[in-house]
Formats: sequence, structure tokens, C-alpha cells
Amino acid sequence: MNTVINPISKIAKPIGWLSLAGTIVPPFLFMMHWMDSNPMQNIMLVSCVSWFAAAPFWMKAE
Amino acid sequence: MSEETDQSGSEYEREPVPERALKGPAAFWGMYAGEHSAGTEFMIGPLFVAWGASASSLIFGLLLGNLLAVLTWRFLTAEIATKQRLTLYFKLEKIAGRNLVAIYNLANGILFCFLAGSMITVSATAVGPFFPSMVMPTFESTLPTGPGWIAACVIIGLTMTIVAMKGYGFVAKMGHYSAPWMILVFVACAMVTLGKLDNYNVWELLSPPPGTPEKISFLGIVCFSWFCNAAMHMGMADLSVLRFAKSPNAGYASAAGMFLGHYVAWICAALLLVYWVRVHGVDPKVGKDPGTMVNDAVGYVGLICVMVAGWTTANPTLYRAGLAIQGIVPSMSRNMGTLIAGTVCIGAGIFPAFVMNFLVFLGIFGTILAPIGAIIIVDHFFADRLGIATDPALKSGTSFNMVVLFAWLIPVGVAMYAYLKHEVFTSYLPLPTTIACGILYVILSKWFGLKVA
Repeated sequence: MNTVINPISKIAKPIGWLSLAGTIVPPFLFMMHWMDSNPMQNIMLVSCVSWFAAAPFWMKAE
Repeated sequence: MSEETDQSGSEYEREPVPERALKGPAAFWGMYAGEHSAGTEFMIGPLFVAWGASASSLIFGLLLGNLLAVLTWRFLTAEIATKQRLTLYFKLEKIAGRNLVAIYNLANGILFCFLAGSMITVSATAVGPFFPSMVMPTFESTLPTGPGWIAACVIIGLTMTIVAMKGYGFVAKMGHYSAPWMILVFVACAMVTLGKLDNYNVWELLSPPPGTPEKISFLGIVCFSWFCNAAMHMGMADLSVLRFAKSPNAGYASAAGMFLGHYVAWICAALLLVYWVRVHGVDPKVGKDPGTMVNDAVGYVGLICVMVAGWTTANPTLYRAGLAIQGIVPSMSRNMGTLIAGTVCIGAGIFPAFVMNFLVFLGIFGTILAPIGAIIIVDHFFADRLGIATDPALKSGTSFNMVVLFAWLIPVGVAMYAYLKHEVFTSYLPLPTTIACGILYVILSKWFGLKVA
């Protein structure tokens, strides 16, 4: 049986990985004193939104 | 897994799961990671700090306790689940009879309500930063802190109840999706805390100041982490989940929940309170609410995490409580059962006393529910060898097996006496209570066991 992969599912995976990176890398940079609190919190918030947008397509496809 | 259904829409509740419905290990790793990354993890870590746990107890005690929990899941729960392929309720009905299962359901339902209530309390702390005038509860709070707090708990609790009444498929999916992100937010909170403290020595940070009374020892931490989910592994509640596993090795998937949710997340949450103690001078015995701490560390993302973590775990709990209540009164609709459960949960959530005594509550939860697992363990592994009947209620046609009732309630009664009268730490109680229940079940079955055909 042929499985049709939705193009949204295809781009959801890299967006998902980027979102996870956006959740953990800025706090690491903050910990090392290479980033301030405000940009860290903003990047984490954007990453949160993109994670919940991408995860249903990515994890459903998986 | 509970979403797995046959074509008639049932969840194989009264029959063994068929071969075609079995699932590989991957399904269980995600489920366990999500289920054990709850809002209450934000409370447990700081409570260890408040109880003066040492760094070695936290780092090595949690490691050992969680390992023992995983092994219990693998070699008891998953072993029985993959052989029997029945829900706990159906297996118990065969041993104890339908009417005794109703009593178990009552205990289960009430305890699940308090558990979900605790999640409501934690989620409500995420509202605090938006309303600075709202007084947040501390570890010493037992009563509601004011009208604003009550309103926050009622609104959150009602929303959770309505969603649970609609069926928890959506929330279960949300929990699944949010699990990897939530774990990273926990780690992010810890990283930010280390950065703010400008100290990367986690061992030193977790060490309580000299002279701090140690209310919880190494053994206490081991037993707490081993038995905080005793009802699920030793108590066999997870038969309902693991009966879908192809192999008992799926029990190892619980490691995802234990080592991410109950190790990494607890230590990260503990570091949050360490920061507030060291920098803001907060008394560790009084503590600080999770909402304020995570908002300070990572901003809105932390508040979303507290809310999502509480919500995604409270909803299935609420759903199970509704099912348990419905099990007591089968003529009642599931929605009505969930509504009653939701009302009790909101009542429990308004009072911070439950969540602030979470280390004690989880021990009581395990002490009451885990011994039932001993009866299933005896029935599965030892009954034939010891010459007692397997599935005695089914074979004798009784709906109430008194042997099970006494074997369950006598050790639980003794354990509760030990807790109430002698203040024994409740996490020490599930193991001896369960062993006593198993031995008593064998003895009583030999003496007064049901006559089977």
C-alpha cells in the first residue's frame, strides 16, 4: 500500500527539531552568560508556539 | 494505549487483548515520558529541599528508587500484563468478585480525585504572576489563600472537568506532544538557575545549609521514588496499559517517565527553590509557589509549562476517577461520574493542604492501592504451586470474596495506624503492606478459601 506523506508533515520535522533547540539552547547560552534573559525568554516563547504547531504533524506522521 | 479499540468501539475491557491490537515498545516510551512529567513534579523537587534532603540522597537515592520502580514495572506488572492481557478491574473481578471491585473503585476514585485536585492547585499557581494581588499558597498553607485563589482553582478545575467529560483523547494527544518540550523546559529552568547563581556545582547547590534538620533520609528518598507510583506498578493499575505490549520488555519504557520526569525534572525543580532560598532569602520550609519560580526563570514559557503539565495529567486522572465512580454505580453515565469527580477535585484543589503534603499523600495512595496488586501476584505466580484456586470468584460464582477484603484491609489498617499514631513516613508503608497482604491472602485462602468446582 502506498503511503502519501503530507508536505506539512515533511516540514514539521525540521520545525520541531528547531523548536526543541530554541527551547534548550537559549537557556544554555544564558547559563554561560552569553545571552540576556529577555531574548532568551522571547526565543523560548516563539519556540513553544512553533513546537505545538509542528508536533501534531510530526509526531502523528511518526 | 487506552485509545486502542476494536471495531465495536470497546477497549477490550472484558476480554484479553487480541494479537492484532498489540503495540511495540515505542508506544510505551512516549506514554510513560508524558504521564510522569506532570505539574506536580514542580512541587516534589522543592519539597525535598524543604525537607532538608542531602545532595547524596537526592542524586543517588532518586537513581536507586527509580531503578527499582522500573524493575518492578518490568518484572511484575509487564510480566503479568503480557500473560493475562486483562485490565486490572477485570482480573480483580475474577479473583475478588464484582461487588468487591466496586469498593476498590471507590478507594481508587477518591484518591484519584485528590491527585487531580493537586494538579489543579499547581496549575492555579501559574495564574499568580498575572494577578500580583492574588496571594499564592506556600508549603505551610492548608486553607485557600483568598477569593482570587478560589476563583482560579474553580475556573481551571471546571475547564478540566468539561474537557474530561468530552473524552480525554485530545488532552492525551496534547500530553504526548508536549512531553519532550516539557522536559526541556524543566532542564531550561535549571540552566537559568545555575546561570543566575553563577554556580555550576549542582552537588554543592543541592546540599542543605549546615544545621538543617533532615526530615527525609536516603532510604526515605529511595522508598518515595520507588513507591510514589506503587498503585501503578506494584498495585497493577498499569495492567490496563501494558496488556497491549507485545513483550514484557515494554515495562522498561517506564524508565522514560522515571529518569526524565522523576529524576531530571525533580532535581531541576529543586534547584528552582534553591535559587529562591539563596538569592531572595525564602525560608525553605515556607517555599515558593511553582508559578512564581518558573515565571522568574523562563517567563511565559514556564507558566505555559506549569499549566500544560498540570492539565495534561489532571485530565486523564479525572477521567479515570469518573470511570471509577461510574463503576460503583453502573447506571450512572460516565459524564455524570466525571462531573462528580471534577467537583470533588475542585474542592480538593482549592485547599493547598493536599499538594503541600504531597510526599505524604503519595505514600498513602500507594499504601491503600498497592496491596491489591499482591493478590494478583499471588494468583498469577503462586496460586497453583501453593494449592489455592486461581480466579476463585469467577470459579465459585461469588460477587464478593471476603478473603480478598480481609487480606487487603487488615494490613492497610495496620499501616494507617502506624502512620497516624507513630507518624511513620508513608513511603515506607506500601512494601510491607503489600507483602503482608499477599501472605495473608495465601493463609486466608488456605483456611477459608472459596470452594471452587
